[in-house]
Parts: sequence; C-alpha cells; structure tokens
Amino acid sequence: MEVKPKSACETCAQFNADGLKKLGVNTTDFDYVVALAGNPNTGKSTVFNAMTGLRQHTGNWPGKTVTRAEGAFEYNRQKFKLVDLPGTYSLLSTSEDEEVARNFILFGKPSVTVIVVDASRLERNLNLVLQILEITNNAVLCLNLMDEAERNNLEIDTRTLARDLGIPVVPTSARYNRGIPELIQTVSELANGKIVCKPHRIKNIPKNIEQALEKLSAEIKQVYPDIPNSRWIALRLLEGDKNIIETLKTGEFV
Amino acid sequence: MFNHTLMDTKKIDHIISLSNDLRWQIGDEFHDNLAEGIYADAAEIVKDSVHKKDEKGTFRIDAKIDKIITSRIWGFPLMFLILAFVLWLTIVGANYPSAMLSGLLLDTVHPALKGFAAAIGMPWWLDGFLIDGVYLAVAWVIAVMLPPMAIFFPLFTLLEDFGYLPRVAFNLDHLFKLSGAHGKQALTMSMGFGCNAAGIVATRIIDSPRERLIAIITNNFSLCNGRWPTQILIATIFVGALVPASYSGVLSLAAVIAIAVLGMVFMFLVSWGLSKTVLKGEVSTFNLELPPYRPPRFWKTIYTSIIDRTLIVLWRAIVFAAPAGAVIWLISNIYLGDASLAAWLIDSLDGFGFLLGLNGVILVAYIVAIPANEIVIPTILMLTVLVTGISAGEGAGVMFELDSVSATGDILRAGGWTLLTAINLMLFSLLHNPCSTTIYTIYKETKSLKWTLVASILPVIMGFVVTFLVAQIWRLWS
Repeated sequence: MEVKPKSACETCAQFNADGLKKLGVNTTDFDYVVALAGNPNTGKSTVFNAMTGLRQHTGNWPGKTVTRAEGAFEYNRQKFKLVDLPGTYSLLSTSEDEEVARNFILFGKPSVTVIVVDASRLERNLNLVLQILEITNNAVLCLNLMDEAERNNLEIDTRTLARDLGIPVVPTSARYNRGIPELIQTVSELANGKIVCKPHRIKNIPKNIEQALEKLSAEIKQVYPDIPNSRWIALRLLEGDKNIIETLKTGEFV
Repeated sequence: MFNHTLMDTKKIDHIISLSNDLRWQIGDEFHDNLAEGIYADAAEIVKDSVHKKDEKGTFRIDAKIDKIITSRIWGFPLMFLILAFVLWLTIVGANYPSAMLSGLLLDTVHPALKGFAAAIGMPWWLDGFLIDGVYLAVAWVIAVMLPPMAIFFPLFTLLEDFGYLPRVAFNLDHLFKLSGAHGKQALTMSMGFGCNAAGIVATRIIDSPRERLIAIITNNFSLCNGRWPTQILIATIFVGALVPASYSGVLSLAAVIAIAVLGMVFMFLVSWGLSKTVLKGEVSTFNLELPPYRPPRFWKTIYTSIIDRTLIVLWRAIVFAAPAGAVIWLISNIYLGDASLAAWLIDSLDGFGFLLGLNGVILVAYIVAIPANEIVIPTILMLTVLVTGISAGEGAGVMFELDSVSATGDILRAGGWTLLTAINLMLFSLLHNPCSTTIYTIYKETKSLKWTLVASILPVIMGFVVTFLVAQIWRLWS
C-alpha cells in the first residue's frame, strides 16, 4: 500500500478520515449502492479508483469502460458499493454501449448517483446531468478535472451551480486525489438523508409536451405512488420506448 | 416485483394507450423539442455559474498539437515514428534484464533444483516432468517475456493517458471507412496490440452489429503482446544477421514494424472483403471527441501498468506455460514403437510444413501453443533440440538453456532453419488462429458459434496461403 501524507481535509474532524476504509473489490454486505455516471472521458474510472483504492485501468479516450466495474469503501461503519458505469452522452438514445448505464440508473435503484462531469465542458455535460436528475432524487455533482478548468482560466461558482441544480456540487481533481474526501463525505450524508436534494427538473419544454407529461405522470403516480421519476417514465412512454412499456407492466423500477 | 391488482393492470393498459394518443398529438418534433429544452436549461445554468477569465488558455495549445498530429502530411509518418520509437526502446532495453534473468533462473536456479532433486532421491520421471518440463517453461517465459512487456506496456499506457489513441482513430478513420468498417475500429485495433481478447471486448463501443462483427473478426491482425517477443527474437536472429552488427538493430526493427504494418494491411483488406460480401451494409457515422491532452502521471502510470497489465499477462503466460512444459516433456517421453509421440507428430507434419516454408516442429509448436502464443518459441526450441539431438547431456523434452540470443540462433540453424523459415514464421505468427482465451472471448461477445469459427479459422487459412506463396516464390527465385 502507498502511504500518503494526509491532506488538510483528511485530518479535519469534519471528514473523519479514520472512519474511511477503502475495501477494493470486497463488495459483500453493503448498506448502500452508489452509481458513478457521466459523459465519456470525464474521469469516472479515476474517481472510482480514488474512492475504492482499486486500480481499474484508466485511459484518456472516450469509451474505455465498456462493462460496469464494482468496488466498495467503508465510511463511518457503513459499507458503500460503488458501481462504475460506462460513459454515456445521453439517456435518450438507444445505442448498445449506453444501455448498461441507462438501465442501471433507472432499474438498479442506487441510493446515491455520483454524476461526474468535466468542469471545462460543463455546458455539454449538463445534458446528461439534467436527464439523470429527472430520474433520481439523490445525486451529487462531481465537478472533475478542476485542475484543467483552472488552467483554462475557467471560474466555476459551485454554490450557484448547486443551487440551480438542487444537488450538492463537489469540485475534484481525482487524478491528484483532490476533493475525494469531500465527495465521500457528501455521498455518505446523502445516503443517510442528512442532505436532501431538490433536483432541477427540465423547464424549457414546449407547453404541449409539458401538459402531456403532466397528464401521463399523474396517471402513473396512481399506480406507483412511491416512485420519484414518474415524469421520466412519462417521457419515455411518449418516446415509445418498448423497454419502459414492458417494465411498466412488471413494475420493475419500483 | 410488484403484485398488481386487476384494477392496476387496467390502469396500466390505460396509461399505455393514453401515451400512444398523446404521442400522435405532440407529433414528430417531440425528440428535437425535448433536446432543445434540455440544452436551453443547460445554457441558462452555465451562464450563471461559469466565468471565463480571459480567452487565452490551453485549448489553443491542444489545437496546435492536433494540427500537426492529425495533419494529412505528418499524421502517418508521426504514427510510424512513435511506433518505431516504442519498439526500439523495447527491443534495446529488454536485452539487459533478459540476460540477467535467464542467467539467474536458468543457469543458477535450475542446476540447484536438479541437485536438490538428486539429493532427495526424486525419481527421474518426476524430476524431468517438474523441473525440466514445468519449471524450465515457466523460467523461459519470465526471462524472455517479462522485460519487453515491462517496457512496452507502460510506454503504451503513457501514450494512452496522454490522449494519443483518439488521434490515431482520427487519422485512420478514412482508411476504415474505405474498407467499409467503423472508424472506432482504430481504437479496438490499438487495444489489440496489447491483447486481442481486450481488443475484442472493447468493440462494444461500436454500435452497429455489422461493423462490430468486422472489428471482432479482424482484431487478430493486431500483433498482440504474446507475439511481439516472437517477432522481435526471430527478427534479431535471422534478419538482423544479414547486415553488419551496427545496422542489425535498425534492420530487425524495420522487419518487426513491417510485420505489424502488414497486419494492419490485412485488417483493412479483410474488413473490406467482409463488408463487400457477407457483412454488407452502410458505414455508420459517429462523433469522436478528441479529448484534451493530459500530461500523464508518469510514475503512477508506470506503477499501475506494471502491476495491472504486465503482471497479469505474465501470470497468464506462466499458467499456460507450466502445463505446456509438462505436455512437451510427456509427448517427448511417451513412445509409440521406437519413436516418441513428439517425433512421430513432427515427422508426419514435416511434408506439409515444407510446402509452407516452415517445418513440422513449428506446426506442432503451434498446436501445443493454442492456449497462449507466448510459449511458441520455447516449444519450438525444445522440439528442435529433440529432433536434432544436439542436447548432449540433457534428457528428452528438456528445454534448452538460452543464455543468449546467438545460442538460440545456433539451435534453430541446427534444426535446418533458413532465412525463409524465419520470415515465414514471422508471417505465420501474424496469421494464425487466435489463442484460446481470445476464441472464448469472441464466443462470449458474439454468442455465435458460426462467427467464432470464422474468426478462428480464417486467419489460419490466410496464414497457410501467404506462407505457401512466399515459399514457392522464394524457391523459384533462389
């Protein structure tokens, strides 16, 4: 094992570094499932490695992770199973390599979804973020590659961003382990309900679509009162997604 | 699972029919409108929270590097230069640690083990089976394979981390398109240079099933790490020896690169052939993001690529080498009449081997080495020693001790090898069936026995045809 000097965050009482154990591939008896989603080549696998102490192969090209990898960490005596999903630009397409990510976020019911974005390309990455926020109530934005954003002279107001998105935002540079302790802390607080999200829901939708969505979504809620993503299911139904029609019948996403 | 009441089922049917009605009302523009809506939201959010301090930045440096690396004029030469540099470092750099390791494992540990076995009175067959069979095979693989892998993999990983691979895909896109294949095949091809099984799993990034199948079938034409050492060793012994010592390194390097490039040529030709015949279809378009150049974290990359890739691949080689060593020892010590099983096999394949400019030993070695390409050369050496009987003092089935490249050359020449044999072996190493791991991976990914068979048999047939033609032309000429 490498022994690293502890960063200021790790020694801070707030973070409780002693409570953190990176468990590698040992994913048995976990308390929470955490999904790691994001656009291709935003460093998901690097974040995954930093959180679990694993050494998943990483590389600087989009499409490197094609299967989902699993790892775990323990924080404050709770075990978190972390699932590294293949990168995807959108949940609306039907391509095969994006299917793994799509299905897991919707049907895998992760307790927390960590959405990894490239800080230098935030606008493009938000496309996926906004879609994920339609599906889940418990998410954190991992604003990764902050070192590059800084080199590109970008300044990101993380508070405004967090307020607009309605979820916590943690700036990180996973390659240098920066921000990872804060990310773990946030994930733990989300899982335990200490932070409650009020995720942004897509606003700029034409009126006729919005009305159709509301109608459908209300009907869906009558059958499945407890799901947070009736609007997303309505969206997919309007799209004619056969998968969703099937699962609506079986109730798999409940 | 959810237990529906009858009423729920009715409601769900109602929801589905309602969604069908609404879809008609909204019309075709639904998808575009929705996407536009999402982008409008994203733009608003970014406007409030992201500020650019000034216009200068590393984006421009990236663009400048890209202009050279992906240019029409410099793109290809740079690619070959980088490949040549990586191979040169591998060939030159691996010599010293290789010599050290073989000195230790073969000259020191092996006699010590033999002495120990004699001291405790181990029966001759057990001693032969374990120490001369299993141990020597494993020791050879470690001494010859570990050093080049420990150099090649980290260098490759550094390039990958830097962001060079997508640029290679960009450069080769045109050629892949011409051959009716997907541009992302360049990425899976590059992964294949490390390991074909990994390259085949990576084809999942290709959406279209037709193009993905082409990428899977042709991935074997990427020389994998189990075959690089074979190419390098044979080129050094036979091709490098054609010129004075000071140029031999350059010439053997050129020979290895020529084989690798030939593999790419075959990849394009076969892709083209498939897309014009059994796998007809349109070439799909795709977006490929050219990621920013990222300075690799040098030591971390070296560390992880040695631990993850090198040791895992080495472990695989050892796992396969050990039983192979045992099999070699067994077939050379089991007698059918007055000839050993190995001698009998070699004899019966010698005629066919001659037609291909190879020999029976090589063909038997390729049968023994189906589990792993890494053990082809040690198997050939062992069997050659068996046939020529030059191993005075050692028993049958004992892998020869190879303290130097020239000693290997001496054995092979004693086995009747010529420059033609060497060149055809290099060609056959490029064009033969994938190893068993890769075949299994192909089956897992395609779930089709038919395509697995095609991907496994096609390269062998091509190998037979190519080596046959080369041998005939060579013999006519000389």
